[in-house]
Amino acid sequence: MSRPQPKGTVVIDTARCKGCELCIPACPPSVLRMSTRRNASGYLLPELLEGCTGCGACLLICPDYCFEVYRLDGDQQPARAANAGTVADTRELPVAQETRG
Amino acid sequence: MSDLTSSDERLRVISTDAPPGGQSRKTGDFEPALTLMGEHDLCPGCGEPVALRQILDSIDGMNLGQKTIGVVGIGCYTALTSLMDIDLIQALHGRAPSVATGAKRMRPDCLVFTLQGDGDMVNEGLQEVIHTAARGESVTCILLNNGVFGETGGHMTATTVLGQRTKNTIDGRDAKRDGYPILISEMLAQLQGTTYVARGSVHDAKGVARVRRFLDRAFSSQMKGQGFSFVEILTMCPTGWFLPTAKGPEYLDEQLGAVHEVGEIKKDGILIERKVSPGR
Amino acid sequence: MTIPTTEPTTEPTTERRLMEGSEAIVESAIAAGCRFFTGYPMTPFTEVLEHFARRLPEEGGACINAESELEAIGQAWGAAATGFRAATGSTGQGLALMQESMSEITRAEIPIVIFNMSRGQSDYYQATRGGGHGDYRHIVLAPQSVGEAVELVQLAFHLADSWRHPVLIYGDYLLAHTCESVAIERRDYGALPAKDWAVDGSLGGTGRSRNLNPIGMTKGSKGIDPNGFWQALWEKEQRIEAAEQRFEVEDADDAEVLIVAFGTLARFARAAIQDLRAEGLRVGLFRPISLWPFPSEALARAAKGCRLVACLEQNSGQMIDDVRLALNGSHPVVAIGGISTDAAGFGIGALLDSERIASRARDAYHGRPVSQGVVA
Repeated sequence: MSRPQPKGTVVIDTARCKGCELCIPACPPSVLRMSTRRNASGYLLPELLEGCTGCGACLLICPDYCFEVYRLDGDQQPARAANAGTVADTRELPVAQETRG
Repeated sequence: MSDLTSSDERLRVISTDAPPGGQSRKTGDFEPALTLMGEHDLCPGCGEPVALRQILDSIDGMNLGQKTIGVVGIGCYTALTSLMDIDLIQALHGRAPSVATGAKRMRPDCLVFTLQGDGDMVNEGLQEVIHTAARGESVTCILLNNGVFGETGGHMTATTVLGQRTKNTIDGRDAKRDGYPILISEMLAQLQGTTYVARGSVHDAKGVARVRRFLDRAFSSQMKGQGFSFVEILTMCPTGWFLPTAKGPEYLDEQLGAVHEVGEIKKDGILIERKVSPGR
Repeated sequence: MTIPTTEPTTEPTTERRLMEGSEAIVESAIAAGCRFFTGYPMTPFTEVLEHFARRLPEEGGACINAESELEAIGQAWGAAATGFRAATGSTGQGLALMQESMSEITRAEIPIVIFNMSRGQSDYYQATRGGGHGDYRHIVLAPQSVGEAVELVQLAFHLADSWRHPVLIYGDYLLAHTCESVAIERRDYGALPAKDWAVDGSLGGTGRSRNLNPIGMTKGSKGIDPNGFWQALWEKEQRIEAAEQRFEVEDADDAEVLIVAFGTLARFARAAIQDLRAEGLRVGLFRPISLWPFPSEALARAAKGCRLVACLEQNSGQMIDDVRLALNGSHPVVAIGGISTDAAGFGIGALLDSERIASRARDAYHGRPVSQGVVA
């Protein structure tokens, strides 16, 4: 199937995330899911799949202000995550490097 | 959008470590406006910082950052004062409405609001908010209602709903033993000094956006000198509700929201007709 | 936004006229620039509220008829927090309701003046020991007359601002309701620092916004340092204690017996002493004007040549603790006052009688027992 034109993306402050999972159901296109990566505090982290529209629902709902939201113009393709894998091999993934946008 | 929810193997995980290169516009910052730092130690899944974001963004959106005095009560949210880059006065449990009154009388051109939890406002400070509303003070009282005293670990307040388990109603609030919850927004709306009353909930993004609109209207009403305005914001407290964080929004919407109903209750001094759910 | 001037808009009364104590207190507060008052009616404080309610709107200020003493102390807190001179008051029972807030206001270092128009002298402990929770004291000034009250009220506002500390005026029924011929003149106690700490909204969004709070919370930091906070408050109170003791001594140089009395009762004591002196009894008077800080060293000095200290107060014995502490065992101390009130309980008791006081002092002078308990 052809991939839809990505309209938006987010930067996630994984250091501050407390793994509350509120962003997951809040996302209208359902492109956030919990990964099995943890930050240094031990919290599970969310990850972003293709299809973000930049609507900002995650930013509104996040109690720890972990989201920065972008609208993409033109032929923008968001970068593929270097440490992304399929569902199957998530157990072997290392602790995520904590980021601050 | 349905093809996006099919098998995960077909979906790429997108990097969220850094801003996108190329042509893009940032449409949302990490931190709310008027914030000194975004880090806080409130529980995972707490709804209070979600509400705070809307309060600060609303004040900034109306360009009132340098003309605002916040009066803060005592509860978990008290710790959020370290984050807020607006002038604040810390009040005692329940006493913020009076402090706000004194401040507003001396600084009538400032936006003066209180930030209080349900234990603070509806238990300890019930008479203060009622008198301030009845007097028609042009201040905005904001209630963060999670149905518990969060800071002491999750105990029954005057807004705890029947059946709700707390540390001192461990088998659920029982009407005969513990009485009935107070619906404070409806109560204050009856007073003539009250101009604007609304209750919102931060259980989902749509609710959060609605809270923002209610705050904008309340603050606007105050700046026009139109009397007492009140915004109640239902917030999640998974810790106080003995729930995993992910279950907080649903509990908020279905348990608290069924009793403390979301919506605008009074506007421009006129009560709004609302459908009252049966069997409350 | 700058804090507007607290200059009164009308000239203070300078000609002498007959004024009841409540009115004189209010006029003096207005002369001091007080622009906010709030109160709940309660005898014998009520007239203070009435006069403020009438006068403050004339001066561009605000007076709120508080729905209870809880609202009153909260409203005064908010007004004072924005940098304006603000006051509230009540009588002992109403002040009892205000104590939690008074404790926190003291810790938040907010200047505020509070009037206790008391029903007698039984609120001494409440006033001087920090009547609320925790370790604190606030300044307490006890005028003996309407004329002195006019002075002390203005001093109270000055001290409150200068120390960023609450000041309580300990008055009573007699003070509130006695008319005296007074002139209200604005007194200048010297320059005061600018109220940079006052919350007016102006620092929002600058990174330097304020949080006027009673526990030492600071912006941009998640924790608090209670020990550091209390150390600073304690040190300030030590400095206040050293600097703000006020008292009056009369006829003590050759006295054998020193009477210690405060407030309006001290005037009765003075009249009694005149009669006793006329009989040849060498009696002197020590009058604390500041109840906190209690003028301990001055009392010890005044008592030096005496053989007995007689504590006269209208209660079951409260100031006598401070008298004993000040003397530290150097003199015997006897109580010659007692609980004494009228049929309505407002504090106009039989003890307010110079002959009665002279009789009790005479007994003490001659080593005879003085009846304790109620003076009816």
